[in-house]
Parts: sequence; C-alpha cells; structure tokens
Amino acid sequence: MLTLTINGRTVQAKKGSTILEAAEQNNIHIPTLCYLKGKHKAGACRICLVEVEGAKTLQASCITQARDGMVILTNSERVRRTRKIMYELQLSDHDRDCLFCKRNQNCELQKLGQMLGVTESRYDGERSPAPSEKTVAITRDMSKCILCRRCITACSEVQAAGVLNAQNRGFETVVGPAGGLLLDEVACAYCGQCVAVCPTGALTETDALTPVINALNDPKKRVVVQVAPAIRVAIGEEFGYPAGTSTTGKLAASLRAIGFDDVFDTNFAADLTILEEGTEFLTRVSTFLEGGKATLPMLTSCSPGWIKYFENHYPDLLSHLSTCKSPQMMLGALIKSFYAEKINVDPASLFVVSVMPCTAKKFEITREEMEIDGLKNVDAILTTRELAALIRQFGIPFSELEDSEFDRPLGLSSGAADIFGVTGGVMEAALRTVYEVVTGREFPFEGLRLEAIEGFEQIKTAALTIENPLPAYKALDGLEVKIAVTSGLDGARKLVDEIRAGTSAYHFIEVMGCPGGCIAGGGQPFSHDPLIREKRMKALFSEDESKTIRKSHENPDLIALYDAYLGKPNSDIAHKLLHTHYVPRGLYNELSE
Amino acid sequence: MSDTKIVAEKGESKEMSMVVKPQTDSETHPEDYQEIIDFIDNYYAGRKDALIQVLHTAQEIYGYLPLELQKVVAEKLDVPLSKVSGVVSFYSFFSTKPRGKYTIRVCLGTACYVRGGKKLVDHLIKKLGIEIGNTTPDRLYTFEIARCIGACGLAPALMINDEVYKQMTPAKVDKLLAELEKGETL
Repeated sequence: MLTLTINGRTVQAKKGSTILEAAEQNNIHIPTLCYLKGKHKAGACRICLVEVEGAKTLQASCITQARDGMVILTNSERVRRTRKIMYELQLSDHDRDCLFCKRNQNCELQKLGQMLGVTESRYDGERSPAPSEKTVAITRDMSKCILCRRCITACSEVQAAGVLNAQNRGFETVVGPAGGLLLDEVACAYCGQCVAVCPTGALTETDALTPVINALNDPKKRVVVQVAPAIRVAIGEEFGYPAGTSTTGKLAASLRAIGFDDVFDTNFAADLTILEEGTEFLTRVSTFLEGGKATLPMLTSCSPGWIKYFENHYPDLLSHLSTCKSPQMMLGALIKSFYAEKINVDPASLFVVSVMPCTAKKFEITREEMEIDGLKNVDAILTTRELAALIRQFGIPFSELEDSEFDRPLGLSSGAADIFGVTGGVMEAALRTVYEVVTGREFPFEGLRLEAIEGFEQIKTAALTIENPLPAYKALDGLEVKIAVTSGLDGARKLVDEIRAGTSAYHFIEVMGCPGGCIAGGGQPFSHDPLIREKRMKALFSEDESKTIRKSHENPDLIALYDAYLGKPNSDIAHKLLHTHYVPRGLYNELSE
Repeated sequence: MSDTKIVAEKGESKEMSMVVKPQTDSETHPEDYQEIIDFIDNYYAGRKDALIQVLHTAQEIYGYLPLELQKVVAEKLDVPLSKVSGVVSFYSFFSTKPRGKYTIRVCLGTACYVRGGKKLVDHLIKKLGIEIGNTTPDRLYTFEIARCIGACGLAPALMINDEVYKQMTPAKVDKLLAELEKGETL
C-alpha cells in the first residue's frame, strides 16, 4: 500500500495506482474526459490535471503514478482555473451546435462543462480541419472530435481492426482512416465500438429514424417491426431502469403504441437459425466423416460486423462461414414471403424495421445478397438508442405501459433464442438442439447450461463426446466435437489465423463481433458501468430460464412454420430465403477499385 | 542525420550525391515495389517496430510514399495501413507526393527562426512560385520547412537533399539555386 496526502487527507492506495485511481479508491472525484476506466488512458485532454507538491507543472492524474508520500491537491484554485481553461480551449475548436446534436444531453463534453461551471467561452480561434462523412452505418463529424483517441483504442487494440488512427500532426490532426480515405473505402467492419466509446457526437450511428417515421406515416405501408434479443435487457436503461433490467413486455407494448402494425421478435428467427445452422453443421460433419468434401471448422454468421471483417481479412476462407443469414435477415425474408402470403398482402407494401443493438446491421441490410426478387429483406435498422429516441418522440410513457407480448406467429421463442444476445449463447443454443437431434437425449448439463463457454474470457473452448447416437447419426458415434467461442474481432482473428495455418482444432466456432456479444454492441445505450455486460448477460440468462420452452426445436410456431411452409431445415425454399453467400472483399479494396 | 555533411558556405565543392530516381506521372504499380519488399524480407521481416526505418528506406528508394507503397509496407510488417499513414503524415520528413530532384528544407527551429529562417521561406515562396510542401512543375525543387535540423550554431540553415547550408540569406539562396540550375543544363 502507498500512503499519500490528497487534499490534506492522509490516504492509502494500492501499489501501482495512478493518482486518479488512488483518489478514486478514497472516494475523491477527479473530473476526466478522454480517460475511460479500464479501457483507455492517454493523458490527451489534460482535464484530470492535479497539483503535485514539488512538481513544476500540473500533472495529468490518469497517467501519473502515485508514489509514497506524494502531496496532491485535486481541487485547488490553480487546478480549477487551469481545468476550466483546458475545457474552454477544447470548446474553441469544437462545433457548438449542441441543440441539434445527436448527443445533446447525453454528451460527456457537455456534462463536463456543466460540472466545471463553465459559463462562457473566452477563446475563439481558427478551426482545425474537420472531414465528415456518412456511411450506411456510421456517421463521422470531426468538427465534434476532441481527439481523445478512445475510438482508436477501440478500433485498433480492442477490435484489432486498425481502421482508425490519428492522421497528420498538431493542429491538423484528424482521427480517421489512412490517407484521408473514408470509412466505406477501407476495411471497416462497422461494428460501432468506436461509436460506443465516443464522448461526443463525433461518431454516431447513421440516422434511420427518418425513413422509419416516413413509413409509419405512409398509409399504404404496413410497417412490421422485430427486436433483437439484446434490446430487451438494455433499453430500460434509457428510461431510468437500473442496468440489467428486462423490459421485454414494455418493449413490445411501446412498439405497438408507436403504431407498428406487427410486433415480431427476432428471437423467433434465432430459433430458426439454430435449426438451419445446426442442420448445416451436422451435414458438414457427417459428410466429412464419410470421406466427402466439407469445410470445417464451421463459423457462425449471425454477426454482420464479424462477417464484414472476415470478408476483408480472410477472403480466401469464405467457405468456413455458415451459409445462414443472420436471424433478423431470416425474419425479414419470412415476413416478405410466408407472412405476406398468410395475410394476403403484396410484399412490396411491407416495410420491415429491425431494432438491433448493432451498427453493422445497417450495412448488412444494404448487401445485394439480402434482396429477394428485387425486394430488400429488411428496410431499416434502428439501434437500441434510436428506438429509445423514437419512443420519446412519440410521447410513449415507456415505464407506465402495461406489459404486452409479441405477435404470433413470428414472435414466439424458446429460451435458447434469448441467449443469442450474449457471447456463448448461440453455441449453447445450438448444442441444446444438435445434441438432442443426434442422440435423442437431452443436452446433459445442469439447467441446459454449458458454463465453459459462458462469460467474458476472450476465447472459450469445450469438447463434447457423442455416445450412442440415433441410427441416422451412427457415423458420429464416439466423435469428440470440439468447439470454441469468441467475442470481439481480436479473438476472432486469433482463431481464424489458426484455421489459415492449418492448426485449428475445432469443428464449430461461434464468433460475435463485439466483445461480450450483442449485449455490448455498438448500438446499445451508452454506459460506462464497468459491470454493464455482466448485468445485461444475467438478465438474458434469466429470460432464458423463465421460459417453459428452452430448446429451439421445441418452439411450436417454428415447428408449424416448417410443416406449413419450409418443409425441413436446409430445404430448397429454406435455402432461397434463409441462406446466403459471401463476398471476397480483401483488405485494400479501396485501392484496387 | 549523423551522416549529413556540413558543407562550406559557398558550396562549390559539393556534389549532389543523393540519387533520386526519375519520376513518372503514371501510377506506380505494386510489382514496382520489389526492392522495398526484398529490403524488408532481408532486414525487418515481421518487425512492426521497424516501421520508421522501413519508411525512410522506402522514401530513399522511391522518392516519396504514395498510399500504394504504404500498403506494401503495412502488409509486409503486419501493421494497419491507418497506422502507417498516421506515421507518414505525422513526420514532415515523409512525403506522399512525388518530389523534385532537389528537396529544399528551410529550418524553422527556434534558433533558425529568430535569425531569419522565416525570411528565407518568404523568399523561396516568391522565387519558386510554390507554397510550402509543394514541388515545382518542372520537378526540380520540392520546398519544405524542417523542425530543427540540429544545426542551431549555423542558423539560419537550410538543407538541400542531404546537405546543410549555413547562415543563409536570400541573396545566398539565389546564388545557390543558380549554381544548381547551371549544373542541370550542363
């Protein structure tokens, strides 16, 4: 332990702490801006300056080590005056159109100014270069960038995508892709982890509220909505619920109150994905064991950021990806075929909106492969944050709504579908079904949970031996099925590099593009709670456990859908509607065109 | 800069030793970058930490660092292109545009600045008819400013390619350029 004096108080701090951490351990608050606990410290903004006795200048407490005997003032007149100046200098090169900024009242820079008591901006000078662009998924407005570099850490270290970096120098510095290229000219996965950490409105999701509201106002459109599993355990945060509260009933009710004509659940398609992907996996393994040609390991394909990353970095390995579309694309395709026929409307008059925890989904719906007969499977993607904004704009009293349910037939789901929103969940859901299909016996783990693949470790692995299978799967007898689960693109890269090197030990790998899975997707409510992922994960597991049906293949509406429309998994019509192919993009596609 | 020659004020004895490859207007193709690929393979294979050395060598070979060339370096060293470009655009020594045969760098470090570096810059802008960072249309001169070349005792100094010229004045600049151009026509 270290002993030091902060603001006249003798305090103890853990060895190796920075001054900021030492203060925190003693409930002394030092304001910060660029710092992001546990994720990013750069000492870039100098807001966390403190006075250290004996030091000539003020020190950035987020990067200065605390030492025994230090005497520190965190809030002296000199510190407060300087901090305000630092803040005002930030503002002098910042767009101040806060009233129409997407981050208005949810902006760290704005909150800080209020906290510091800044009431004027005394500096007005030249403005640094501020390129902006609007891709289908992410909008960059560098006039609002404060150069904190959190997005660079998210992109280059956490995600290993390396798309964003500081370009140029000094006043000319801009955070962006190489050589002034735009995001859609480089290998950006659109995962949105940069958006999730941006303290201001410099990086935001590209707006989809306008097209959705236009569709809602169009009497000729029937507007159908679906929501991803991870939304129900996060959107409550936008309406004052503590993190980790499930608000599934209020979510369904609020969508109906907004005026969506059909309120469906992507969960239904998650169950569907399990049957399609599970069957595909069994076919690959059986073919392989019988000496045929099959690509293993098979990689999951639900996460569009991950898919884009894979197409950019591993265009030679596309056959490893499951051909399954992501659940929301499957549901979109079904809404415009099966459901349109069922309710007897022209599919062209349907407008499908998906509410997703994800920015990459906004890119996914624009892919050519996601059209059938000239109709897009899904017409618009709202992030969780955007849906919250829509609920507010429509004056819906979210917390006062009476709980409601999703519409059938595309709204009923098993517990296995709920856990699609968290790392390990797709694999766990798949195993519950695949094991039972192959052996005729229930997945042999307590509570149907496989703890080895749950949680936030970067790479999790497990092996499962198949014994006494049903006659149809005799070839699989004694096979030790090896699986791996990862979330975040850095972990994915490690596992795929093994495939490329020919050393991968696995049959089946689940990948989610964002660390922790969709619960921590780039479209989720902003949160700096270090335990946010745990809280949302637990809420999803409770959703799963609260259901009577917990295995995808037992979803009665899904069974009925196969009986009435799809035939069996991987049938021709299933392939037409629910499966896709991939594009070998390559890393430097921006230069070859 | 350890191998930089400090040349006498008059500079008549100096020879332009730096080899600058002829530039063409057409885009250079990746297969043209074999020399830097071999260089990396021989000395710095997989060495992410060698980025700056490799970029220096690449610029020496090709004269400048277009994005296509940065891409080759990024791929060979397994460093994201955004980072390579970040380094290239950070250091004023690196250029992404084709360069002239002679690169003039006027030092604007503190000592040179106070002793008249700025006057040299203004003079050169007028004389060459180009702004800082640009190259004359005949590709003879690239004009840049430098942040302290470590020759503070010789202020104000400028460099032409690898050579430092000390205690310069606008008149001396004119004389120096005239000599270079005379050499060109011979």
